[in-house]
Amino acid sequence: MDLRRGFSNLLLAGAFCLASSLIGLSSPPAQADQGTDNLLGKAFEEIENNRLDQALVHVEALLRAKPNFRLAYLIKGDLLLARGRALKTFGNPPQGPSERLDDLRAEAMARLQAYRQRPSQDQVPRYLMQMREDQRYAIVVDNKRSRLYLYQNENGRPRFVADYYISTGKRGGEKTREGDEKTPVGVYHVTASLPRKKLSDFYGSGAFPISYPNEWDKRHGRNGHGIWLHGTPSDTYSRAPRASNGCVVLANADLDALSEKLQIGLTPVIISEQVEWLSLDDWTAERDALNSEIERWRSDWEGLDTETYLTHYAKNFSADGENLSEWARHKRQVNSGKSWIKLKLSNFSMFRNPGKDELVVVTFDQDYRSSNLSNSMKKRQYWTKEGGKWRIVYEGAA
Amino acid sequence: MMRQGQLPQSLERVDKFLAGKPRDAQGRFLKGLILTEMNRPSEAIQVFAKLSEDYPELPEPYNNLAVLYASQGQYEKARTALESSIRTHPSYATAHENLGDIYAKLASQAYDKALQLDSSNTGAKTKLAMIGEMIGGGTSAARATSRPDPVKPAEAALGKTADAGKAGVVASAPKSDSGPKTAEPAVKAGGEQRAESEELVKTVRAWANAWAKKDVQGYLGYYAQDFKTPKGEARDEWEKARKQRINAPKKIEVGIESPKVSISGDNAASVSFRQNYRSDVIKTSGTKTLVMVKANGKWLIREERVN
Repeated sequence: MDLRRGFSNLLLAGAFCLASSLIGLSSPPAQADQGTDNLLGKAFEEIENNRLDQALVHVEALLRAKPNFRLAYLIKGDLLLARGRALKTFGNPPQGPSERLDDLRAEAMARLQAYRQRPSQDQVPRYLMQMREDQRYAIVVDNKRSRLYLYQNENGRPRFVADYYISTGKRGGEKTREGDEKTPVGVYHVTASLPRKKLSDFYGSGAFPISYPNEWDKRHGRNGHGIWLHGTPSDTYSRAPRASNGCVVLANADLDALSEKLQIGLTPVIISEQVEWLSLDDWTAERDALNSEIERWRSDWEGLDTETYLTHYAKNFSADGENLSEWARHKRQVNSGKSWIKLKLSNFSMFRNPGKDELVVVTFDQDYRSSNLSNSMKKRQYWTKEGGKWRIVYEGAA
Repeated sequence: MMRQGQLPQSLERVDKFLAGKPRDAQGRFLKGLILTEMNRPSEAIQVFAKLSEDYPELPEPYNNLAVLYASQGQYEKARTALESSIRTHPSYATAHENLGDIYAKLASQAYDKALQLDSSNTGAKTKLAMIGEMIGGGTSAARATSRPDPVKPAEAALGKTADAGKAGVVASAPKSDSGPKTAEPAVKAGGEQRAESEELVKTVRAWANAWAKKDVQGYLGYYAQDFKTPKGEARDEWEKARKQRINAPKKIEVGIESPKVSISGDNAASVSFRQNYRSDVIKTSGTKTLVMVKANGKWLIREERVN
């Protein structure tokens, strides 16, 4: 049947877009059971196998469970129409606004891709280098694929739990300005929980603001605010892939499932244009390399070897309005007045910033004792690669 | 043919027959057809529904049940019935055609939901073909009651077996008639109903037009003698009040949007629509139902309900 060809074309187009980003995603893991995507996926499979009647059974089951799922109505319409005549494309309403049809097609594409290419258990998002012991979960967002991945912290190693369809900014990712209708790309965390009763229906079952703009965003002059993870208005099950003003929007049931896992002020939310995946070996190697660099920085500082200590800082370092030479002068002066330093670092988290630049956000507890001063603080550093070596480009209190 | 005038008699005869043989498939099928002709769809639905329950192997009752459901806009039910019809008789052309129409209608409803279009006014109800004769003829019924010729009981019921050529209903039932031909009365009745619908909508628009033109006499002329005034006030009081209200504004516009007609009998119907009223004083919009009655060939308003 031609409808089947329509879906195959859809798949082909999808595969084409994905070709560069797919580093071996395969086999659906058993524990991620999202009813909607499963039923939809089954319907797609039946269509591909030319069992349109069975496909309709799945779609109708889906509509009984989610009576406001617009995409499912579109597929239902096609399946019914296909009984009378051959269909050449996906989505054949005789009338209606073409943008809405395009939106539903895009949503179908996103959901279908996600169903086909589940994250493999052997690979992890490159960004989750090290989760803190008390960070139970981490969120990774793939803006292009309209997907949110939930990972659990299993002794520091991220283990895939679930993934969800999402809507993001109308104009894509890499937010820079207030009102640019883009979703930011970077390393953030959940900062608050806004309950449903404090929100209008537009935000659905709840909202979780995230920490945009972070230190790095501010340093680059990016502004805007109010980037949230939130739910969906009651008149629809889901929204188009590109629909929000920059927020990450989930179906209400999905947001509810997710909200149980979130720790306010703690759960990382890492938003990428396209997730990069690493094998566990590569992931371990990257983590170890940076860990040992951080340890060298610590021991050089503790050893009062100020000049070697300062080589860990990047040329374009800046923090609190100080550039590298100001920072160096300041550190030389402070260190020269000390006879000893004891430095203990603990509770590390390391999250790689998505994107072309080599950038890792490192956060830890620093217990600093010295001959004339002691303090404890939570510190954040941004590490970057300079001449092939990891260097600190920003440092400050977290 | 089952002409309008003879329908009550035909019904009486078939009822008499069924009183003696309440399970007879042909007789019940005929009764369903007569009720359909008489514009009593809910009773016809009952008859065909029960018939298809008792004889699930017969395709025709399912088909006719579907036609009736579809005429009421209940397309999912129509679909289920037609699919059953085709299951029992995979080569049934009428049921296939009907099912094709139902699928198209359901598809368009699904698309409307997908694109959030208002589907309440997407045109006329689908008109499907009724089957006027049971070819299999309720064989199991016949077997059960050891009657080899399923048509005969119905004929007998009408008491005119010997004189079949003259009798209205009997003449349409015999096996010699082809499917489409016997289906004709139903189609014709459908055509009449459609004409009546158009007449009703025309009347409502004319009523609105008289109102908008502030033609009070003309406007009041659309109300039946036994019009139920909204608050139960006396007719002349109501007329006086209407006259005042209509004369007060300088300009009136009355728009009638997506009228829906439901005919409940030869002389009874109701028309629901969205009324957009606008004068130089006020602008309102709401749904209204006019309960209509036919007197001397003219449709008049018996009751005006604001929803």
